[in-house]
Amino acid sequence: MSEIIESVKNLSIGFNSQKGKQISILRNVSTNIKKGETVGIVGESGSGKSTLALAMMGYIKQGLFPLKGQCLFKSEDLLKMSSRQLEKIRGRKIAMIPQNAGQALTPNLKIGYQIDEALRLHTDLNKTERDKKISELLNKVRLPSPETMAFRYPHELSGGQQQRVAVAMALAGKPDLLLLDEPTTGLDVTTQAHVLELLRFIAKDTGTSMIYVSHDLGAIAQVSDRIVVMYAGEIVLEGPARKILKEPIHPYTYGLLKSIPKLSLAGLPASMPGSQPQPGSINEGCSFYDRCNLATDHCKKNSPDLEHIKELDTNVRCFNHKELINQNNNLQTSITKKSNNSEAIEVLKLKDVSISYAKQKFFDQLFNKISDQNPTVKDINIDIKKGETIALVGESGSGKSTILKSIAGLLKTKDGQIKFENDRILSSDLKMRNPNDLRAIQLIFQNPDESLNPNHTVEQILSQPLKLYFNLSGEELKKNIIDLLKKVRLGEFYMSRYPRQLSGGEKQRVAVARAFAAKPDIILCDEVTSALDVSVQAAVLNLLQQLKEDLGTTYVFVSHDLAVVRAISDRVAVLYQGRLCEIGPSQNVYKFPSHPYTEVLLGAVLEPDPDIKPKLVAEDIVEEKPPEKGCSFQGRCPRKIGDICNLEVPPWQIGENGNAIRCHINIDELASLQQ
Amino acid sequence: MLLLILKRIGLGLITLFIVSLITFVGVEVLPGDACTTYLEREAYGAALDACIKRLGLDIPAYERYLDWASNVVRGDFGYSLSGEMPINEVLGPRVKNSLVLASVSILIGIPLAIVLGIITALWRDKLPDIMISTITIFSMTIPEFISATLLILIVAIWLGWLPGIVIIPSDATFYELLSNIILPVVAISMIMTAHMARMVRSSVIQVMASDYVQMAILKGVPYWKMVFRHVLPNALLPAINVVALTIAWLLGGVVVTEVVFNYPGLGRLVIESISNRDLPVVQALAIILASIYVGINLIADLMTLMLNPRLKSLQIRK
Repeated sequence: MSEIIESVKNLSIGFNSQKGKQISILRNVSTNIKKGETVGIVGESGSGKSTLALAMMGYIKQGLFPLKGQCLFKSEDLLKMSSRQLEKIRGRKIAMIPQNAGQALTPNLKIGYQIDEALRLHTDLNKTERDKKISELLNKVRLPSPETMAFRYPHELSGGQQQRVAVAMALAGKPDLLLLDEPTTGLDVTTQAHVLELLRFIAKDTGTSMIYVSHDLGAIAQVSDRIVVMYAGEIVLEGPARKILKEPIHPYTYGLLKSIPKLSLAGLPASMPGSQPQPGSINEGCSFYDRCNLATDHCKKNSPDLEHIKELDTNVRCFNHKELINQNNNLQTSITKKSNNSEAIEVLKLKDVSISYAKQKFFDQLFNKISDQNPTVKDINIDIKKGETIALVGESGSGKSTILKSIAGLLKTKDGQIKFENDRILSSDLKMRNPNDLRAIQLIFQNPDESLNPNHTVEQILSQPLKLYFNLSGEELKKNIIDLLKKVRLGEFYMSRYPRQLSGGEKQRVAVARAFAAKPDIILCDEVTSALDVSVQAAVLNLLQQLKEDLGTTYVFVSHDLAVVRAISDRVAVLYQGRLCEIGPSQNVYKFPSHPYTEVLLGAVLEPDPDIKPKLVAEDIVEEKPPEKGCSFQGRCPRKIGDICNLEVPPWQIGENGNAIRCHINIDELASLQQ
Repeated sequence: MLLLILKRIGLGLITLFIVSLITFVGVEVLPGDACTTYLEREAYGAALDACIKRLGLDIPAYERYLDWASNVVRGDFGYSLSGEMPINEVLGPRVKNSLVLASVSILIGIPLAIVLGIITALWRDKLPDIMISTITIFSMTIPEFISATLLILIVAIWLGWLPGIVIIPSDATFYELLSNIILPVVAISMIMTAHMARMVRSSVIQVMASDYVQMAILKGVPYWKMVFRHVLPNALLPAINVVALTIAWLLGGVVVTEVVFNYPGLGRLVIESISNRDLPVVQALAIILASIYVGINLIADLMTLMLNPRLKSLQIRK
């Protein structure tokens, strides 16, 4: 048994409601962190995982206070310490790596100063020693040219670099315990994989204990020795990582793992019904009762305790966990989609589309043209068939959302044509489109909090497209709204609700209903599930698929998440720097041979399985502009063959599976390289 | 960077040119001219002829504008009708008085406002905040003519400590001037400080809630060090532009206070020359006040640009 560094004992944290009631958002949490161990705390938003992590540094957010329990760091209670004592521990004994380093670095101070500050506070080094140490730290987190990096301001770095600086800052005080609060959320897939790899290396190199908080089981699986699963402010399952991920014996964890789309599986993930209860809404019984398929009457009245299962070395909070142990639970299943009945009619064609964000120069404005030789998006040719789901995939800056905006008419194209139904050219200017074309193409946005008017009820939100496109009113309008709500599985009583009274998943359902209100032919989905929790994401994906099967809608689905794309789409187009790299049926794009960029992306995907490690084949450099000549991926390509890549635009090659790859390497050679 | 400064200066000059055009054209399209307006019923015969001659109204308007504009550029604003002397001589002491009033108010008001804003933000919803916030909101809502009159009533009439009306001899020493301007300064500072303290408060509160402040706390940075290094530089940046507007307002806009205290500043000169129908002086004042606004805002923008690393590197990259 190795030494325990921090132990949380019966911790409850809560706030006073407006009615003066005490509401706890963390209930009776106990756990131990051992020396050199990495513990993953996983849960969906609102599960109390961040509150727990911050409490482990003795920090309680404003408005909250501890109700009972202790956070013992080396047998001293952090929650009882004065701020003076805490200053001695924070950064020196326990250091934090924040979620969004871009916002967590003070904007007016240089990187070097911010690291130096930590060194001055927590070490006795003198100026020259500290300067040396700063370079050392920046080097350790693998930032390029550490000497000049120190003189940069936070906003001058890319997201991945900012996160590395935050890691360097946390390491400055040589802490015994590192607290990581969603450190890779919001980073691109390849960057995320690289940062995780760095963290794993640091844990091994320094022997520091880590607490890794995340909603992403894929990331947790890569770093953790032990996993703590939180639900509604309680620990529901705790044990060795492998056991938790391979044989989850709590129905919530089981459902959560099932709802994650996986690269290796075609078809949609199973969703869990309902959503997490609001704090304070559970008075008796198990907090997972409403969503559990194993629940019995006993669960409704009695709340289970955390029970230790010796043979599995896990703690579980469930009366019926034995059923899950006995049940031959297979995590590798998914719901098969109906094969798309796309009758080869092409409904939307993008022909040589280029889009530029460059400002028009004065003379170009006069002649109404854009003279950008190197536009953000260039030469996009995609034919979209009726009833199919085509996905545009790529990292941030790949131009996927830009293309979507152009189809919607929100962004003018520089060159090329967008053709709709029978090769009719759609104007790239929204004002020039006729009302029927406007109705036929609808958009669903990433974040329903921002896309739904907070001052409108659901009824008002849904009645707008119905009034605008179909001139409905009175009873007929109401009947249509109820129909729409039924389609997205929401009851009639939602009509009078405001968006703020809905959960994230419900809001996105309303946004989906609004898009379908127009009876559109094509729906453009812009990262529609990335703001949602995994279990809700699975439900929304299933809903979209169901609606499509019923109504024959065509989706253009933009996402950075390759596993989500794998689950929903029929065809995938991979983009890098606004240029197409590969396009083909989704089951083939996910197989080799594929474009080197697709290979890089696939390698970086994190699966919730400790045995599948990401393969990092390319550096995670951020390129600001597409290259002027040659292949768009030349700067990062791990399979670059020479000057030809820099000078000539690669040709399209069609593989035997029907996926087209744009690469200078012969497709058969690619196949043997990637096998 | 240099290019940007030049660009901004150029824009400022264009603004001034437009202001000068508008004031000049405005005077032209009014019924009558500067002389008939000024002389009113006596606008006939020799007096009118002399006036027209003096102002050169007998030459075409565009020539007159060019003449006037080129003189203004050289610093000569022409001739005041009511004072019967060059406008520069009328303006000189007024500019000086306004500058004294403004700079004393700024020296007292701005540091006070910043300190009060920080205190109220750091002790948010606690006793110091409640007390200071009540007072600032109170002094913001009382119109200046009431607060100024009350000050005169209490300090000058009941207590008899300070003169109620400002009489500044032209050869007044700085000390004499100071005792004369205490009351106007207090009256002005009350409103100005209150407004700015509120703004600083909300700005500091916003920064205190940011991720990077939480990060600094979790890094173990001691409280006051965190306040001075991580909070204030970011919170006070937006204050620069407000300070600039306040300074411009102090130089020409504190009309009411100047009138109540009979203070011979620029603001009162505007009122006086309008009621005297002294159009050449009105024109001159319009240009001067516009230049002050343009100039001070320019300085403020450039300062923000220098102090905000984000904007700075953005400009350099371009």
